[in-house]
Amino acid sequence: MAETLVQVSDLKVHFPIGRSLFKDGVTLKAVDGVSLDIARGEVVGLVGESGSGKTTLGRALLRLIEPTEGSVRFDGTEVVGLPPRDLKALRSRMQIIFQDPYASLNPRMSVGQIIGEALHLHSIGTRADRDERVGDLLEKVGLPRTAAARFPHEFSGGQRQRIGIARALAVNPDFIVADEPVSALDVSIQAQIINLLQDLRQELGLSILFIGHDLSVIEFLCDRVVVMYLGHVMETATAADLYTQPRHPYTRSLLDAAPVPNPRAKRDRIMLKGDLPSPINPPSGCVFRTRCPFAIEACAQVEPALETVGPRHAVACIRQAELNLME
Amino acid sequence: MADTTLPLAHTKPQSYGRRVVKRFLKHRPAVISLGFLMLLALVIIIGPYLSPYTFDGQDFTLIGAPGPMNAQHWLGTDELGRDAMTRLIYGGRVSLAVGLAGAVIATFAGTLVGALSGFYRGWVDLLLMRFTDVMLSIPTLPLVLLLSGLFRPSPPLLVAIVGLLIWMGTARLVRSQFLALREREFVEAARALGAGGPRLMFRHILPNAIGPITVSATLAVGSAIMLESALSFLGFGIQPPVPTWGNLLNSASSWLSVAPWLAIPPGLLILCTVLAVNFLGDGLRDAMEPRE
Repeated sequence: MAETLVQVSDLKVHFPIGRSLFKDGVTLKAVDGVSLDIARGEVVGLVGESGSGKTTLGRALLRLIEPTEGSVRFDGTEVVGLPPRDLKALRSRMQIIFQDPYASLNPRMSVGQIIGEALHLHSIGTRADRDERVGDLLEKVGLPRTAAARFPHEFSGGQRQRIGIARALAVNPDFIVADEPVSALDVSIQAQIINLLQDLRQELGLSILFIGHDLSVIEFLCDRVVVMYLGHVMETATAADLYTQPRHPYTRSLLDAAPVPNPRAKRDRIMLKGDLPSPINPPSGCVFRTRCPFAIEACAQVEPALETVGPRHAVACIRQAELNLME
Repeated sequence: MADTTLPLAHTKPQSYGRRVVKRFLKHRPAVISLGFLMLLALVIIIGPYLSPYTFDGQDFTLIGAPGPMNAQHWLGTDELGRDAMTRLIYGGRVSLAVGLAGAVIATFAGTLVGALSGFYRGWVDLLLMRFTDVMLSIPTLPLVLLLSGLFRPSPPLLVAIVGLLIWMGTARLVRSQFLALREREFVEAARALGAGGPRLMFRHILPNAIGPITVSATLAVGSAIMLESALSFLGFGIQPPVPTWGNLLNSASSWLSVAPWLAIPPGLLILCTVLAVNFLGDGLRDAMEPRE
């Protein structure tokens, strides 16, 4: 197996809510003790419902949100607590692609300025050949070189997302967090962007943390998948394993919730009831127990640890051994 | 790939500037106000060159009491035998100059305080906003009366005082803009690229807040003119013999019953100018921040 590029251990991101001079307030545990590894050149999918903490986790890896506790090691360097000067140097190696291509480009800057700023900030190339590089980057993501002179509002959603990708690639990163990069796009455009990411990944050997909730996209693009629920990792497995033999009831319910092409196909589905509990006051023990059809009393007592159940397959469920989810 | 050719030729989107102008022209009071202000600017710039009198030139035969309006002195003369119209026009120069300069200072100070407050949040925000609240809670005129008892300000000092008494509204506005814009993804993208605080504030956030700041600066011009007039009327502003609309009103007030033609023109001009500036600000706001 390839060397580990990103190593996250027991990462926590807690937000104080309503704290003021006069009251203590409460704590929202957006990410609560997540560990995961991403190998060089590997694409890892991160799935979960809205509010599961997957976006916060992605931001915390890049220190766009300050982690409360835990460690993120990037190619051997501890990122948490890294002084600003060193962090800036590291920023050229880890980048992010955003969900909303309308919000992620500064409307008052031309495309050339947007991409050129990345080059400028990391002193890549001389002032003279930056225009050349911007043109090359635009071509790499399938846009004409002339796009540099135009402003973001002149482009469609898919084109804007390509500009966002070009900006991320400008600094030659090793690792990219792709935060639901296709969720805001039309289905036909989604395929183009996914193919582009696939091509770039092969060409540049990128490691990608692909955050999403569309399981078919994740299955197509990712080597490995991490399932998150309420700030905790529920299950992690290779894409092939996860889709054919899920071991966690939550994973099973996510797979069951995905639409299938044949409406008449009879399926024995696990349907989740109710909403995600509040991360301000999460359930004791296993956070999923309040919506789990297999929950027993013991689930409220112990917080399940991730147990290895197969090659590169780990599950956080105390009943995983006795449950047969693929009958 | 089908997406590679840019389908931009068929409908060329209008630039932001052009859309702003188009919407502004639909706002009738603002357009009329702009016309009025341009006319006023023209008159006060070239007026003193065309007048046969100087603002402090006295006609000794007319000293003692205000003179009536006639062919030589269209708006009459004051009690010292000076031509009222020349003084009114020259006073407009002073009033508008102090008003504009004061508004520039207020906008600059307010933008800086608001930007730091909204961008850094936390204790920086707490400190700066409580300071803003304190400044807002000080009643302006009593403070000025107190100061005027202590010293007579020079014009630059007066401009500074006017600016420092009216920056708070801008600061609050800019803070709210920065609080909202700093969370936008394009700012986060720049942060992910390693852009530092000043770059994020002035290159990414500020250009996107320029609309509200322009509006606020326009409205500040109105406040500054009002404040300068009030200060000069109370004797704390520009000192005679240099005229401003405020001190013209002051000196005319004692002759109000016998020579109302001295008090009405400066009063009317203050009213119209401040009104026009506010209409202009409204028009700019509607044009730059359409609530669609």
